[in-house]
Amino acid sequence: MELIGQGVVKAIELLLSGDIEVWTITGLSLRISGAATLISLLLGIPLGIALAMLRFPGRPLAVASINTGMGLPPVVVGLFVSIFLWRSGPLGFLELIYTPSAMIIAQVIIAFPIVAGLTMASFQNLNPHLGLQLLGVGASRIQLLWLLCKEARLPLLAAVMAGFGGVISEVGASMMVGGNIRGQTRVLTTATVLETGKGNFDVAIALSLILLILSFALNFMLTHIQQREQIRWPKLS
Amino acid sequence: MAETLLALRHVLVRHGESTVLEIAMLDLQEGEILGIIGPNGAGKSTLLRVMGLLQQPTTGKVYFDGVEANRQNSLRLRRCMASVFQEPLLINASVFDNAALGLRLRGLRADAIDRQLLPWLERLGIADLASRPARSLSGGEAQRTSLARAFAFHPRLLLLDEPFSALDPPTRETLLLDLQTILRETGVAAVLVTHDRDEAIMLARRIGVLKAGRMLQLDSSREVFLRPASEAVAEIVGIENRIAGVVQSAAQEVATVRFNGGATQVSGSFEPGTRVILCIRPEDISVTRPDERHRSCAKKACLQAKIARVSQATIHDRLVLKCGDVVLVSFVDRASCHQLGLAEGDEVTACFSPQAVHVIKSQGFDSIR
Repeated sequence: MELIGQGVVKAIELLLSGDIEVWTITGLSLRISGAATLISLLLGIPLGIALAMLRFPGRPLAVASINTGMGLPPVVVGLFVSIFLWRSGPLGFLELIYTPSAMIIAQVIIAFPIVAGLTMASFQNLNPHLGLQLLGVGASRIQLLWLLCKEARLPLLAAVMAGFGGVISEVGASMMVGGNIRGQTRVLTTATVLETGKGNFDVAIALSLILLILSFALNFMLTHIQQREQIRWPKLS
Repeated sequence: MAETLLALRHVLVRHGESTVLEIAMLDLQEGEILGIIGPNGAGKSTLLRVMGLLQQPTTGKVYFDGVEANRQNSLRLRRCMASVFQEPLLINASVFDNAALGLRLRGLRADAIDRQLLPWLERLGIADLASRPARSLSGGEAQRTSLARAFAFHPRLLLLDEPFSALDPPTRETLLLDLQTILRETGVAAVLVTHDRDEAIMLARRIGVLKAGRMLQLDSSREVFLRPASEAVAEIVGIENRIAGVVQSAAQEVATVRFNGGATQVSGSFEPGTRVILCIRPEDISVTRPDERHRSCAKKACLQAKIARVSQATIHDRLVLKCGDVVLVSFVDRASCHQLGLAEGDEVTACFSPQAVHVIKSQGFDSIR
C-alpha cells in the first residue's frame, strides 16, 4: 500500500511541476486518439446509418462483420497493421510504420466498427415511420438525414464516448505499430507499460492518473449532455 | 368547374408477387375532400403514400397540378402537400419547434415562422403548450401539434391517414369538429383515409371504397352509403343484412323478390329470374312482438324470427334474428328494446319496408345459369 501512496504523491508532484515529458506524452495521446476518433466518426456514422436504413445483398454479412469488429482485439489489429505497413509489406512504401499515422490507422480500425455498430443500433431504434412523417411535411433527403441524426443524438454521443474510450485506453496496437518512440509515438498507455516495466511506479501512476482524468472529464461532459435530455422517470415508491 | 389538383393514372403497386394497389384512374379536384374507406390491409395507406409522393408506384403516373411527378420535381411537389398520420411522431423538441418544422424545412426565417405559425397554434388550442417538450403531450395534443405542423405552411393538399383512430372518443370528436371547421374555412383539398364510416361521412363529400387494392366504388357519400354497387361495398359501408333472392315477377318499376323464408316488393326494373342481393341496414329492420298486428305495414315484408342474441351498446341494442335460414341483424333503440322486454330466445316479427331495400344484381349469375 505504501508503494501506491508514495506513487500517488510523487505523481501529483510530477503533474504539478509541469514535467515536459509527461505533457508531451499526454498531448500526443490526445492528438492521435482524437484524430482516430474523428476519422472513425466520419467513416462509422454514414456506414452505420446505411446499414440501418438500406437493404442490400450482403447486408447481413456486413452487419455481422461490424458486430465482430466492435470487439476486435487491439493486438490482432496491431499485428495486421504492422504486417501491412512493414517495410517489406504491401504498404511498406508509405513508410508509415512507427509513426503517429500508423497509430491513427490502427486506432481507426479499432474504433470505427464501434461507432458504426452503435450508430446502426441507434438508428434502428428510431421509429421507422418517423422518416415518412418528416418527408410528409416537406423534408428533403438531406434534411431527413440531419433530422434523424438529431433525433438519435443521445445514442450517437454514446458512440463517440465508446469510440474515444476504446482507443485512448488501448495499448497493444499502439505499441506494435507505433514502437513507443520517445517524443514521437510514446503515448500514455505505452509509456505506462514502459515505466511499470522499469519499476518507476510513481511515473506510471502519474501517467495512469492523467489517463483516468482525461477519460473521466470527457465522459462526464458527454454524460452531462446526455442526462440533461433524458426523460425523467416517475418516482417509484 | 374546379381544376384537377391530383390525378392518378394506371397506378400499380406491387410487393413482390402480390398486388397491393391497382388504381386505373383517380382525380381529386381543387378544394375537394375525398374519403377513402376500406378494411385493414385494403391498401388505403399505400394509396395515400403514393398520392403524397412518399412512395413510388411500381408503374403508373401521379400528376399534381397537371405536372407529372418525377425524381427531379418530387421534392417541390411534395412540399405543396402535408401528411398527417395516425400516430403523430414528433421530434424530441418543443411543441413550437415541432409545429414549425415544415416552415423551417422550407427555409423560412424566424419572424416569418412566428407570423405564420402562431395563429395555427391558437386555432388548434395548443398555444399555451408551445414551450412544452413534445414528449410530454397527450395523444390529442400531439395530434393537434401534428395538424399545426401540417397546416402552418399552407399546403394545397392535406393527406390524412386515420388521424383520429388512436384517440379516445371525446378527444376524437372535438378534434374532428375542429378539423371540419378548419377544412371548410381554408378550402384546402384533403384526402382522408379511415376505417371509421362516420368520420368519412362527416368530412368527405365523395367517398372511395377500397378493398384488396382496388377501388370498388367511388361516388358521392350518399350513393356509396345508400346504394352500394356491390355486396363487398355493402359490407364495408355497414349494411349487415344481405339476403340472396330471385326476382319472381316484375311490373312497372316494381318487382317481387322471393328469398328463403319470405318475399318482398322492391322498386326497380328487373328481369324475372334475376338473382339479386337485398341490402337492408340493421336500423331499418323493426322488431315487434308477434301478437301485435301491424296496421301500417301492409306493404312491409314481415318475417317470423327468433332472437338469437342481444348485444347491448350505447344507443342501440343489436339483435341477431334467426328467420329460418336467414340471419338478420337489427338495431333497436335501447328504450324500445327495454319496453318490449326483448330477450334471447323470444319469438318476434321482423319487418322492413320496401323503400329500405337496396337491390344489387348478384354477380356470377350467368355462370350459375
